[in-house]
Amino acid sequence: MPKLTIDGKEIEVAPGTRVIEAAKQAGVDVPYYCYHPGLSIAGNCRMCLVEIEKTPKLQIACHIQAGEGMVVKTNTEKVLKTRQHVLEFLLVNHPLDCPVCDQAGECWLQDYYMKHGLYDSRVSEDKIKKPKAVSIGPTVMLDAERCILCSRCVRFCDEVSHTSELGIINRGDHGEIAVFPEKELNNPYSGNVVDICPVGALTDKDFRFKMRVWYLKSKDSICNGCSRGCNIQVQYNLDRPHHTGGDRVMRLKPRFNENVNKWWMCDEGRYGYPYHDHNRILTPRKREGAAVRDMTWDEILPEVTRKIEAAGTKLAVLVSPQLSNEELFLAREIFRGKLNVKDMILLSPNGDGFQDDFLIRADKNPNTRGAEALGFAGDAKTLADLAARISQGSVTGLVIFGQDIYERFEKLGLKADLSKLAWTVFIGSNHNRASEAASYLLPSATYVEKEGTFTNCDSRVQKFNKVLEPLAESRPETRILLDLAACLGVPFSYAETQDLFHELSLRETLFKGLTYESLAEGGSDIRTMAAPTAPVLQQFDNIL
Amino acid sequence: MEKLLSKYFIPGKTFTLAEYEQDGIAAFASIPPAASQTGRLESGGGYQAARSMFEKFPDPKLLIEEVKKSNLRGLGGAGFPPGMKWSLVPQNTGKPVYLVVNADEGEPGTFKDKYILRHNPHLLLEGMMIAAYANNVHKAYIYIRGEYTEPWQKLVRGVEEAYAKGYLGKKIFGKDFALEIVVHRGAGAYICGEETGLLESLEGKKGFPRLKPPFPAVVGLFGCPTVINNVETLSYLPFILNRGSEWFAKLGSAKNGGLRLFSVSGHVAKPGIYELPLGISLREIIYTHAGGIRGGRKLKAVVPGGLSAAIFKADEIDVGMDFDQLRAKQTMAGSAGVIVLDETTCMVKALYVTMRFYGHESCGQCSPCREGTGWVSKILKRVSEGRGRTGDVNNLLDICSFMGGTTICALADGAAMPLCSYLEKFREEFEYYIQHGKSMVDGTALETETALVH
Repeated sequence: MPKLTIDGKEIEVAPGTRVIEAAKQAGVDVPYYCYHPGLSIAGNCRMCLVEIEKTPKLQIACHIQAGEGMVVKTNTEKVLKTRQHVLEFLLVNHPLDCPVCDQAGECWLQDYYMKHGLYDSRVSEDKIKKPKAVSIGPTVMLDAERCILCSRCVRFCDEVSHTSELGIINRGDHGEIAVFPEKELNNPYSGNVVDICPVGALTDKDFRFKMRVWYLKSKDSICNGCSRGCNIQVQYNLDRPHHTGGDRVMRLKPRFNENVNKWWMCDEGRYGYPYHDHNRILTPRKREGAAVRDMTWDEILPEVTRKIEAAGTKLAVLVSPQLSNEELFLAREIFRGKLNVKDMILLSPNGDGFQDDFLIRADKNPNTRGAEALGFAGDAKTLADLAARISQGSVTGLVIFGQDIYERFEKLGLKADLSKLAWTVFIGSNHNRASEAASYLLPSATYVEKEGTFTNCDSRVQKFNKVLEPLAESRPETRILLDLAACLGVPFSYAETQDLFHELSLRETLFKGLTYESLAEGGSDIRTMAAPTAPVLQQFDNIL
Repeated sequence: MEKLLSKYFIPGKTFTLAEYEQDGIAAFASIPPAASQTGRLESGGGYQAARSMFEKFPDPKLLIEEVKKSNLRGLGGAGFPPGMKWSLVPQNTGKPVYLVVNADEGEPGTFKDKYILRHNPHLLLEGMMIAAYANNVHKAYIYIRGEYTEPWQKLVRGVEEAYAKGYLGKKIFGKDFALEIVVHRGAGAYICGEETGLLESLEGKKGFPRLKPPFPAVVGLFGCPTVINNVETLSYLPFILNRGSEWFAKLGSAKNGGLRLFSVSGHVAKPGIYELPLGISLREIIYTHAGGIRGGRKLKAVVPGGLSAAIFKADEIDVGMDFDQLRAKQTMAGSAGVIVLDETTCMVKALYVTMRFYGHESCGQCSPCREGTGWVSKILKRVSEGRGRTGDVNNLLDICSFMGGTTICALADGAAMPLCSYLEKFREEFEYYIQHGKSMVDGTALETETALVH
């Protein structure tokens, strides 16, 4: 374990640690562009040049490994001057089109200029012209003039997505990022190059000109696009509906989690957010034949209660792997525990999709493992049996959690005469065929409008936060279920999602020892929680 | 003065393997008397050194020691002793060790390797065999400058001859030692002469110099330990083995063994290749060997070691031309490309042309070099067109001081050295040009429209 001194601070780091990382650990800020902890070292931007005692030339902190007794200085006059000049070099041919650049506000050139530059420009030569606003794939736009040739995007495509679409063509200050002939940047992780581009060279078509980034607010969450559970940030705005047409969620960004997604997320997850603001079910609604009537929650819940009570053993409940652990637990307690419903079946609202050996999982649900852990199953035989009993008329009432049963039954080849159902209750956030046909429509919140936990494909329990208020009349499923339970005369005393998780952790062996707090923000620190719980977690991971 | 390599530099002639092997070059009627004065090769002929090294140095380490004692320096430009370089190559990695010959002679003002390749590629091939044996190399690559079409043809023919004779291949000279040689042509980038840029290019990638460490000796071509030597360096090895390292060391100056090929160009009466001892004075090269300044004009400045070396004024030429003495004068021996400029040279225009080269050849990886070289050449272009401004010289000097020493490879340093030295040593010419919009020397400025742009 080499011990070194950085700006007078002594620090011991793991062997092989780069000085730039050692500095981070010591709380010393060394600026950089090309360095990225998830990519190979390119060492080309030269922003991280630091002084190392007994070494005549400045050294790049991203490449030099920490050595025993090394004395590093990051704030000498020589370092600061060099840094300023490197920044000046980077801006020699930069178009300085910040007013029309989408990166403004999150641009490392702007930030570092304010921090390390602050010189008067002395460039009076013509700048080199390069292609601007070039579509290099379905998701990304390139502005070669703004590019500082840090090669992060090239390395990402070589080393992370393993697709190698990008390269640097031409030489010297005529160098530019380009896609190889007959290729386009269309790999399933293309959006990440925008995240790692420190400047405005690569911008996201989905987000371009939608909103200035300084208007965005951000909250941590977990992607629900597949069973990986990538850690993300939901970035939103509520104050500028005149710009957004009323949309609230503006974009999703990956959030570092060493154990799940590192720094990355897939395009499917990244661009899968519009449903939060579109095609939403806004109010409780009742359908009788062709007549449709909006209702209040106070009106609709007693009616639903009466239907459920009357159905007795002819009731079936289709829970979804889109539901959180807490929602599944509560649904189980009410329907299986209190009402003794035998038919509680797990039905995915979607079929298996694309899968790779990196992040993307075929199971497009965030909580299948959680549902299984809580005792839910939905194998082909069970579903076929349900379909038969619907057709026979022995199941007449159905509670659905968002699934389009018409589409699902068709896809799964289940022969059921759904018209035989006397009624259906649809608890969900977005319209589909099943919601349109449902007798009772109970609008629920999307995952950004509620909190809870998902258990990912590797049995990692991760917490997602409430980012936004539920849209219009929609409510979180926990609230809907608790109110329904009260109407059904089987009230629960859980006030918060946290209480439900606590109860779940007491009752379910697999969740034992977990506390809501210990999951931290999004579970990024799940394995490094306080000592007493860590072993239990480890155990939990192994068992499931 | 004795000639080693240059005695083979007979206009219009390329030595075949058989001719090289023959006992001494005096046997050829076509050779003018001047070239044959030294008579027979003391070795008893070409390829004798390589043929006999297996018995002479049963342990290749002894061969490395012998080369170290010769004080042979790396003649590609850096001056790093090849013996030392070889002893840094790990032999226990379980990976093959490669030998790569840098024949990408691209330093402006340097044309020595071209002569070797064109007139006697077997000098290099024999040197390669020696280096291969010393380093346990069984596969070697020659990366030759793309523009060297004729030398490439001669080289390839030489390699074919050596294969045909069994001097290359599975068992060289019938010994249990294999050596395969691949000749690879570059595509015209100066940066591919930088050894790690060369390796990248040889691997089929863009010629971006690599971060060091690791050095090529440890992680080089295809991730394997690699010896990279210049053509001229290797070509001296047969002489060292034949006549002994002490003899070679004594030819040169302290710690700078032997002779080297000085490429003399510019305003001299007799430009060309001069094979002279290391440490010889620059004045002697110019006035004794290259015939002095053409047309009886006055000397103005000399670039001593290829374009990237800091320039000397006329009164600085009493200097010993070896790696250490030139370093002490804040310049470098480099590739021994001596560019002589007489009094008719406008230093402003000369520097513009120089810097345009670096701007054109910078690979573009490191920000200070990519942007700095381009920026500097644009400023100099503007100045040369008579549109200079007060402060340009100071700006150039400031840019220069942050361009060098901050990058992955030495190209930026190579650009900074002429830039700084021209500006400092001929500052009044630059100030005059900026003030008057024209050259102090020839009274003209470059025309804006016709000025060369890259």
